Amino acid sequence: MSEMTINLKIWRQKNAKSEGKFQDYKLNGVSEHMSFLEMLDVLNENLIKEGEEPVEFDYDCREGICGSCNLVINGRAHGPKHMTAACQLHMRNYSDGDTIVVEPPRAKAFPVIKDLVVDRSAFDRIIEAGGYVSVKTGEAPEANLIPVEKDIADAAFDYATCIGCGGCVAACPNSSASLFTGAKLAHLNSLPQGKPERDKRSIAMVEQMEAEGFGDCSNHAECEAVCPVGISISAIAEMRRDYLKALV
Amino acid sequence: MKLESNVPSGPLEEKWDRHLKDIKLVSPNNKRKHKIIVVGTGLAGASAASSLAELGYEVSTFCIQDSARRAHSIAAQGGINAAKNYPNDGDSVWRLFYDTIKGGDYRSREANVYRLAQNSNSIIDQAVAQGVPFAREYSGLLDNRSFGGAQVSRTFYARGQTGQQLLLGAYQSMMRQVHAGKIKNYPRHEMLDLVVVDGKARGIITRNLVDGSINRWKADAVVLCTGGYGNVFYLSTNAKNSNVTAAWRCHKRGAAFANPCMVQIHPTCIPVSGDYQSKLTLMSESLRNDGRVWVPRDPEDSRKPNDIPEEDRFYYLEEKYPSFGNLVPRDVASRNAKMVTDEGKGVGETGLAVYLDFRDAIKREGKDAIAAKYGNLFDMYQNITDDNPYEVPMRIFPAVHYTMGGLWVDYNLMSNIPGLFVAGEANFSDHGANRLGASALMQGLSDGYFIVPYTVGNYIADAELSNITTEHEAFTEAANTSSETLDKLLSVNGDKTVVEFHRELGKIMWDKVGINRSKEGLEEAIEQIRTLRDEFYENVRVPGDATYYNKYLEFAHRVADFFELAELMAVDALDRDESCGCHLREEYQTEEGEALRNDDDFSYVSAWEYGGVNGKLNTTLHKEPLDFEFVELKQRSYK
Repeated sequence: MSEMTINLKIWRQKNAKSEGKFQDYKLNGVSEHMSFLEMLDVLNENLIKEGEEPVEFDYDCREGICGSCNLVINGRAHGPKHMTAACQLHMRNYSDGDTIVVEPPRAKAFPVIKDLVVDRSAFDRIIEAGGYVSVKTGEAPEANLIPVEKDIADAAFDYATCIGCGGCVAACPNSSASLFTGAKLAHLNSLPQGKPERDKRSIAMVEQMEAEGFGDCSNHAECEAVCPVGISISAIAEMRRDYLKALV
Repeated sequence: MKLESNVPSGPLEEKWDRHLKDIKLVSPNNKRKHKIIVVGTGLAGASAASSLAELGYEVSTFCIQDSARRAHSIAAQGGINAAKNYPNDGDSVWRLFYDTIKGGDYRSREANVYRLAQNSNSIIDQAVAQGVPFAREYSGLLDNRSFGGAQVSRTFYARGQTGQQLLLGAYQSMMRQVHAGKIKNYPRHEMLDLVVVDGKARGIITRNLVDGSINRWKADAVVLCTGGYGNVFYLSTNAKNSNVTAAWRCHKRGAAFANPCMVQIHPTCIPVSGDYQSKLTLMSESLRNDGRVWVPRDPEDSRKPNDIPEEDRFYYLEEKYPSFGNLVPRDVASRNAKMVTDEGKGVGETGLAVYLDFRDAIKREGKDAIAAKYGNLFDMYQNITDDNPYEVPMRIFPAVHYTMGGLWVDYNLMSNIPGLFVAGEANFSDHGANRLGASALMQGLSDGYFIVPYTVGNYIADAELSNITTEHEAFTEAANTSSETLDKLLSVNGDKTVVEFHRELGKIMWDKVGINRSKEGLEEAIEQIRTLRDEFYENVRVPGDATYYNKYLEFAHRVADFFELAELMAVDALDRDESCGCHLREEYQTEEGEALRNDDDFSYVSAWEYGGVNGKLNTTLHKEPLDFEFVELKQRSYK
């Protein structure tokens, strides 16, 4: 097993009000089998032993599904590997002596809490505005009374698979949340269950996205390129279509 | 301590319906005057919160994640069971009930399990109506598959992300109620204590994880949906932040902890690669539908897997269990993996792995068909291990996955502290000594959508609740205790990190309170846990302070609680002088190495009462006898 030395430049920031800066660290003994976050764990163990404050970063499931991790690695959300969340990135993608820059996703709507941890509650508020089907517990009809064509169900799943990490926002030059918002709209609007509220939902979610301070989409497609679960930018086309239809 | 199961009388099929008829209602005008706290926003918490809010209660939700959507239910892969019998293969509510109670090795309550099977169909209806994109046939109707040892196809699924899709459905319902003003949602808040006034649960203490403040919240009922405690083993398939603290603090306030030794070890996880390993990744056991499990017959065989001919491969599950083969229940599969690796037949760098081989399935169905079923899992495996499972067999090994034990609850899912309800993995109620695949999602949603909303109302309708404020001395005492606990950990300033202690604790648990247990090993474990726990309070180093975002402080107090729980688990495992389900005591096995139950002496739920820690954990056992009126107890056999 080969061991590497990695040079890290990590964004340190005490809280939302203070200014942040990059701090350099040198980490020896990095195994190629470590995940990127395990490498940061090891760094933190060293820092704690040296009496320094560890680097704060968000994570939970460490299997690419909870969407907690959202590091921007060498300028790219979730790092270099296509369709891979930062927690699923492994150090075998790096070489001995590499320098890696780690920073939080930078967007007005995602204020920094500490170091690499940001506040993404704006995403919750976009869902809150209309990202649901208004069905109460107990109101549901027998499941197979709502047939859904397989192609439509599969396509809905492809949008519903969004993990809400915010990588799309970090990658977008305009800090737009269009891919996130579009994915939820495309998921629900395409299904028979979601049709009755389509117009209301489309307007409410798009307007909430704007109110949160996310920018507009100008078709750079950086979001699709970094999305760890491969949400297609066609979600944004669907969102625009449904939004316009709802307005007229 | 009095433990009344409060199971209604009458025939099994009618108990729940009768109970619903008898349940007291709270009038719509009064519901809005009652505050209910829901802690945890996984499947159980999000579904309970949205359903209670729809009914009109004032609900507050708390979770440790930055969004309610990130609770660990999201990581469940395989599916959710329901007795719809769409495939017409003979399924029924009775059969789902029977499989679940048998799978749990007859250590759960008949009435609870039957109700779970009854509710299963409504869950599917509810989820579909919410827009959960389950897999479908070309007819447009829902698809089912066989899963985790079931002989019928009753599992509904959304690719390998069923938990994610069901959780998003529940989360979206919850956010709808946030929008309606019926739920106040507090992410990044961790429950540190339960507030008990006049013997009833009346609120909680939380720490705001962003600014470190300690906050007091009052309510008329508290619904705890905080998941399981598998992370006591350090390495598990649980999310890194999953912990026992909320449940343990309730235990310290008087709630009985039931069957703590019942831990499920999942057979199909990616093996450990090194010390730095922070968690284990589950590969859905749906893989066992097509993958064949084997090791080389000869422990000295060092050939590459594809170079080992058929006759030198030991397909141990297929040979030992001809009728179930690779689909034996999880506990049986895990135990056998340990047995063959203990015999030196394990594979890979560490020898702590077995093969799961898709060669024959690919030959039979083609690579595309296998990719369609398992593509995302294969990609995940390759990403982590750098091996291509289409070409070489996967290496898998068991890992701690789910805890059947939890806070004791009655039929209403209420603990022995009135007003404290416990739902989902956090309670002990439905899975006995072993949980079957695709049953966790079912239980979380059954509890949250279809049980708690009614039973909480039944409690509130009758409860005499005094008018209190958060200035009540019980709140002050609990808030002070919480602050002192944090300060104590911060003040040690020793040499060893929280992670180092946790890793050591986990190793004791895995070696001695894991797949196989023995009297001797458990007694050793108890001594080692006590020694390490004492050292923890003398030598732990927790960085920073309590006034801002400080993840290592969060870990420190969770690990402190794991240290107490660990001892209780070992004590419980030692008390249970039998084997059942996942609890295998080496002294109690059949000649074939299967779990040997002792129904005469151990057909009970162990419910432990906390008595403080003073070098050792003081705890008192109470027994809830399990009566089986409707099923006959049999030795499980998957031969």
